[in-house]
Amino acid sequence: MLEEIIIAGFGGQGVLSMGQILCYSGITENKEVSWMPSYGPEMRGGTANCITIISDEKISSPIIAEFDTAIVLNQPSLDKFEHSVKPGGVLLYDSTNIIKPPTRTDIKIYKLEASNEAAKMKNTKILNMIMLGAFLKIKPIIKFDNIIAGLKKVLPERYHHLLPLNEEAVKKGMELVKS
Amino acid sequence: MGELKLMKGNEALAEAAIRAGADAYFGYPITPQSEVLEYLANHAEKRTGMVILQAESEIAAINMIYGAGGTGKKVMTSSSSPGISLMQEGLSYIACSEIPCLLANVVRGGPGLGTIQPGQSDYLQATKGGGHGDYKLIVLAPASIQEMVDFVKLGFDLAFKYRNPVMILTDGVLGQMMEKVELFDQIPRSKEIPRWATVGKPPTRERNIMTSLNLQPEPMEKHNEHLQAKYREIEKNEVRVETIDCDGADYIFTAFGLTARICTKAAQLAKAKGIKVGLIRPITVYPFPYEAYAKYATKVKGFFDVEMNAGQMLEDVKLGVLGKAPVEFYGRMGGMIPTPEEVFKAFEEKFLGGKA
Repeated sequence: MLEEIIIAGFGGQGVLSMGQILCYSGITENKEVSWMPSYGPEMRGGTANCITIISDEKISSPIIAEFDTAIVLNQPSLDKFEHSVKPGGVLLYDSTNIIKPPTRTDIKIYKLEASNEAAKMKNTKILNMIMLGAFLKIKPIIKFDNIIAGLKKVLPERYHHLLPLNEEAVKKGMELVKS
Repeated sequence: MGELKLMKGNEALAEAAIRAGADAYFGYPITPQSEVLEYLANHAEKRTGMVILQAESEIAAINMIYGAGGTGKKVMTSSSSPGISLMQEGLSYIACSEIPCLLANVVRGGPGLGTIQPGQSDYLQATKGGGHGDYKLIVLAPASIQEMVDFVKLGFDLAFKYRNPVMILTDGVLGQMMEKVELFDQIPRSKEIPRWATVGKPPTRERNIMTSLNLQPEPMEKHNEHLQAKYREIEKNEVRVETIDCDGADYIFTAFGLTARICTKAAQLAKAKGIKVGLIRPITVYPFPYEAYAKYATKVKGFFDVEMNAGQMLEDVKLGVLGKAPVEFYGRMGGMIPTPEEVFKAFEEKFLGGKA
């Protein structure tokens, strides 16, 4: 198994932590992992992204230009990464704030109204966990329980009372893909 | 097996410094390596009593290294390109005075203040001098977060073995990215005082003098000869290199640090098209593994050197190959990172006349 993922959105939407959770969870399953964030001025509120690679084998390059999956949370990221998905790959995006939807026909496209769902759950910050749940439904590369273990590592302890809400968000994301 | 963790390169570097039993770190923040100081400030003192000090500038930091290192303590600093440039005068003094210490340069694209994105454009500064005078640093080039950890321990060992400054030459990507690392167990801070250390003269021995100044040229030349003999010794003993699939290869890709990882993937793209490609990755860029190139120079159709600069290691690669095979180069500059696809395309253009 080798899964090469780009996760992209606005700074503050939780794209970097989404990649970190995947990596921590991957380690729990004894997989090789690599996480490479954009660390430029975009960290201060513009667009942010991270390349996350999960593999059974040793990972060669942490820098790649084509992805098995793109998880996209805003329009600029969709514009930037729609064409970086490998043919036959997956594009998963939050459609709430998208005015120009993707047009490719050679990839599998999943659209989720994840921001709206997060608002319904009364915490817009769990948007990323809804997206993560959806991704795991589409590509079950890591077990649910291990994702929760990974989440515990990434979420600072002072926020651990929010673990149940985050868990619920992951489940919600999984459901949304089903329907 | 040691403790497994997911860590950022900069944090791993800092954690390894604590575990290696370092006595002190002096530094000044600069992107993309500020997490080193931040992590040490949060963790080091309470665990081992290691001294962590944010100096008023890089110039102050390197001179604190000069002073503290002179007492025989395990000392370390880190910075990124413009900050390392500021340290060059101090480094020349430290090398001349034969003070062991460890530096990390988390390189960003230059020249000048440049960019905060990664680069490899400090290769020549690191390996050929940088400061004034005939001196050498031992320079280790990690290609993974695991090596960021391992080279801290190795770096301190080499620094004390040869009484010489050692540099870890890495880049912004390796500083910022996360990978799984296995951490070595805590090494206690040493209580031993090396015999050369300047810690006050007991009646039982002569004064220890540590200086880089000698106004008389005759003893200064003698000291230079001593330093050069030491560098020859280092060149004989400490060359480290990784070669992958070079036996039977038609072409050899070569790169150090992060770029070697990118080349590994580019080599996979080549192999998928039936082209036999090997890889030479210098792990020590000083001393440089010239012989690894000489060994394959008469057996391959060409060497393809890839760097995040305008072609700095290229000079050493050519010295290794000595004109016995074509050497081509591909580089990105100013903080840009080549992708594996781009590297493979450049290889096709330079060696195969377009598409493979």
